[in-house]
Amino acid sequence: MHNRQSSVVYEQFDDRTQQHEASSLGMWIFLATEIMFFGGVFTGYTVYRGLFPTGFSEGSHLLNARIGALNTAVLIGSSLTMALAVHAAQTGKRKLLMAFIVSTMVLGGVFLYIKFFLEWMHEYHEGLAPGLHFTYAGPQAGHVAMFFVFYFILTGIHATHMIVGEGIMVVLLVTAWRGGYSAERYNPIEMFGLYWHFVDIVWIFLFPLLYLYGAHF
Amino acid sequence: MPHAFPLFPEQASTVAPAVDNLFWFMTAVSIFFSALIFLLIFYFAIKYRRRSPDEPPPKNQVINNIPLEVTWTVIPMILVAIMYFWGADLFVRNAQPPANATEVFVIGKQWMWHVEHTNGKREINSLHIPLGVPIKLTMTSQDVIHDFFVPAFRVKNDVLPNRYTTEWFEATKVGKYHFFCNQYCGMGHSLMGGWVYVMTAEDYQKWLNSGVSGVTMSEQGETLYHQYGCITCHGTGKGPAFADLYGKTVKLSDGQSVVANDAYIRESILYPSEQIVNGYPAIMPTFKGQVSEEQVLQLTAYIKSLGSKERNTGTP
Amino acid sequence: MSSVEVAATPRIHYLNADYGIKSWLLTTDHKRIAWLYLMAITFFFAVGGLAATLMRLNLIEPQGLLVEPETYNKLFSMHGIVMVFFFLVPSIPAVLGNFLIPLMLGARDVAFPRLNLMSWYIFMTGGSLVLYALIAGGVDTGWTFYTPLSSMYLNTHVMAAAGGIFIAGFSSILTGLNFVVTIHKMRAPGLTWFRLPLFIWSMYASSIIFIIATPVIAISLALLIVERFFHVGIFDPALGGDPILFQHLFWFYSHPAVYVMILPSMGVISELVTAFSRKRVFGYHFVAFSSVAIAAIGFLVWGHHMFVSGQSIYAGLVFSALSFAVAIPSAIKVFNWTATLYKGSISYEAPMLYALGFIGLFTIGGLTGLYLAATALDQHVHATYFIIAHFHYIMVGGAVMGYLGGIHYWWPKISGRLYPDGWARVAAVVIFVGFNLTFFPQFILGYDGMPRRYAIYPPEFQTLNVISSAGASILGLGYIIPLIYLAWSARYGAPAGPNPWKATGLEWTTASPPITHNFEETPVVTEEPYAYDRIAEEIQVA
Repeated sequence: MHNRQSSVVYEQFDDRTQQHEASSLGMWIFLATEIMFFGGVFTGYTVYRGLFPTGFSEGSHLLNARIGALNTAVLIGSSLTMALAVHAAQTGKRKLLMAFIVSTMVLGGVFLYIKFFLEWMHEYHEGLAPGLHFTYAGPQAGHVAMFFVFYFILTGIHATHMIVGEGIMVVLLVTAWRGGYSAERYNPIEMFGLYWHFVDIVWIFLFPLLYLYGAHF
Repeated sequence: MPHAFPLFPEQASTVAPAVDNLFWFMTAVSIFFSALIFLLIFYFAIKYRRRSPDEPPPKNQVINNIPLEVTWTVIPMILVAIMYFWGADLFVRNAQPPANATEVFVIGKQWMWHVEHTNGKREINSLHIPLGVPIKLTMTSQDVIHDFFVPAFRVKNDVLPNRYTTEWFEATKVGKYHFFCNQYCGMGHSLMGGWVYVMTAEDYQKWLNSGVSGVTMSEQGETLYHQYGCITCHGTGKGPAFADLYGKTVKLSDGQSVVANDAYIRESILYPSEQIVNGYPAIMPTFKGQVSEEQVLQLTAYIKSLGSKERNTGTP
Repeated sequence: MSSVEVAATPRIHYLNADYGIKSWLLTTDHKRIAWLYLMAITFFFAVGGLAATLMRLNLIEPQGLLVEPETYNKLFSMHGIVMVFFFLVPSIPAVLGNFLIPLMLGARDVAFPRLNLMSWYIFMTGGSLVLYALIAGGVDTGWTFYTPLSSMYLNTHVMAAAGGIFIAGFSSILTGLNFVVTIHKMRAPGLTWFRLPLFIWSMYASSIIFIIATPVIAISLALLIVERFFHVGIFDPALGGDPILFQHLFWFYSHPAVYVMILPSMGVISELVTAFSRKRVFGYHFVAFSSVAIAAIGFLVWGHHMFVSGQSIYAGLVFSALSFAVAIPSAIKVFNWTATLYKGSISYEAPMLYALGFIGLFTIGGLTGLYLAATALDQHVHATYFIIAHFHYIMVGGAVMGYLGGIHYWWPKISGRLYPDGWARVAAVVIFVGFNLTFFPQFILGYDGMPRRYAIYPPEFQTLNVISSAGASILGLGYIIPLIYLAWSARYGAPAGPNPWKATGLEWTTASPPITHNFEETPVVTEEPYAYDRIAEEIQVA
């Protein structure tokens, strides 16, 4: 078992270089599809923001930019620990690798906790959840509702990616614990790192678009 | 067979011959190139057929010829450029209704067409128009997307909810022509059609004035103006006045300005907080859900009848 | 190309290396996965074909021969959804692409074999959901799912159908990803980009489209589902949304998707024309780059579906110009294929009949596409039977003919056996005749003004509709014949030998059927593809 895991080259590849290049390219292409995926919603958001600037600004104003900023910091922190995890994997430090994976998971968990309990639940109770509980009755109510539709879709898809990431990290952690990674075999960690940074970058776009657009300081 | 089948549709509008000319040009080009390709294939296929299963592959094969490649890239390019400009020119011209066009209002809903003429005459699933007069349809939908298509006139346009689209035509032949809903709209889609009746001017006038209540669209609009209390603000200076409004440029509170056309008036009735006229408070409630699309058109007709800057049509 | 001795039929090959249902359902061998797709899409083709048959039967009578309009609407919706998303899009890439890409590259497998198997399961999950929608009562949105009709007005199984397409989209994405990585990283020594067979070029171009465009339809359908489920306005104008936005997002995928359907077929045709005229392809670089050009320009023409939708006329003019531009690389391909025949040694086995049929039908389909790119003319023919005829000339006359031609050409490699060529030629001719009889009258119907998606139509259109339905019955028969003799030949056909057509290409240098890892030893490539002139002597000796 142990031996098979470290027989690092799959049979379809000639050598480790080819395997490594193939998986890197595959990951980058996957991220390109992710950009197109988010791009569709961003297009919708941009179109409607152009049509209803006042309503979107009003909706954005109803979000708590401070919590958003806090969450941005948490997520950037998790990207840092992820980068350190990749470094630990490359240098073959198993315990350090596990420690950094755990801290990335914890920071990701904090982000999700804030997102879910301090933001979504709050907005739901405030009557800002279109389709479920929407009671906002200002002059631009329809357009504010549209803003919140996009807010929930964008942050929802983003959070889904985070949850998937947390799941993958569980697998990585268990594999690392069993000694599945070494200075020769760290490809999965590196690939997952790309994914995690991507999810982070998406948030870096979401934060100004959703929170800062109508924020008053 | 109960019916002779048409190989080519009737030409019954000023636009139709122009569209058909483009069609015949493209058909000529298509036939030429199809024939060229087919004949070459047949010729090569016979001339260079494999004469025995053991025939060796030909030697010294020609595998490239840049001048030839350039030729068969450039010639199609020139041809499609001609097609493009021809089609685009026609498209742009056809998109502009003449200034003197008679307006008719069309509302689509699942699965019928409701037509209203400015003198208040209404019809369902039919459209009566005079010969030789440009007609401009202002169209909207109460539910999903529809499309108003008159094959004999070679025109169609989608009919969308919550906005106006237009199409225009000038009939050149008295007769009865199909119109169809051409955008799939649900169960009764294929039943959502009717006839366009093109009549001589006299017949049309006779038809137009028969069986009408005598209340024009703008008069109906005036009634609504009182009934919904528009007059309490717009007639007293609390809100912008309507006289000479239509076609004028209006300054908005956010610094932009818009032309007061059908779409603007519709938007102002249904979504009053969207575009606030400069100098007036945003106090108007929405009439969305209270007035129907038809009533919006009638109110618009009324505002038009109060005079317009740029043109003076559409009122009887 | 190579003189390595290859056994006529190896004793152990990929088909008999392992037995039992599990060895198929859990396989990571790209050749077996190709079989899984072949089975699945043949089934979906039958489902979509059945819907088409019922539609054509119904249209014999102006008032409808069989069913009510409500049912007819479900029939054309299912026909479109199943044929586009579950037959045409996966047909050549998932079956022939999966089977051939590693063979043509001299690789042992695709880059990510387990991902490849997962793609099939994702595809089947999506397909099952769509079948569920069909069995539970159907959908009547049309395959285009236009809002607000689909999101707010219809009470049929829209969510299941849209969800099924959403899921199947990920299968396309992952397959495209797999192919791009494979083509970049798994080529045999000496196999440079310009030594690649043109089939690989076309698969590369379609994979790029899969990767870029599919996520967009996935998200648009997801938004549609959200709008429908929560009753919030995204596309519904009554709630402040914009239905035109959905059309933009939808066609941003669906127009490039048309090229996903036709590009692989073009790749197949390039292989067939060279193999059966024993000529190098004329203008290799032009044919290769025209695939890439079609893929690239294909992303910029989606607005030509919306000339009469209320989009601005200036947008219409730009999209019109770009749509005309995309015709040029297609024309280049047709001219180059024709020129390839010049001074060839042409034989007429069944695959070549399909290839020549393809060129003819694609020429007509392509030229009639110009009518639709011309804005003023599109204003008349948009969404009439003219469109139906045009895209069936591309999708059936093009994509399906290419698919069948490819299946026939590589069947000896796939199954290791020969099919009866006489029957295959008969089928090719029957399909060609039936196809033209079905769809050519529809050009006339469309110009006459018969709108698409009409269950009930004015009586003067009946004659042409009856001719079309008669053609469809011939076409249907034509599709059943290959099903029978191919199935028969897989068991009883004569052994094919490694290279029955005496064709070039790495796939013909290994045994038929190939061994599990494709090649006894990794091949080394030393020359351009289709080097028929240089192997002239070799073949003469053989």
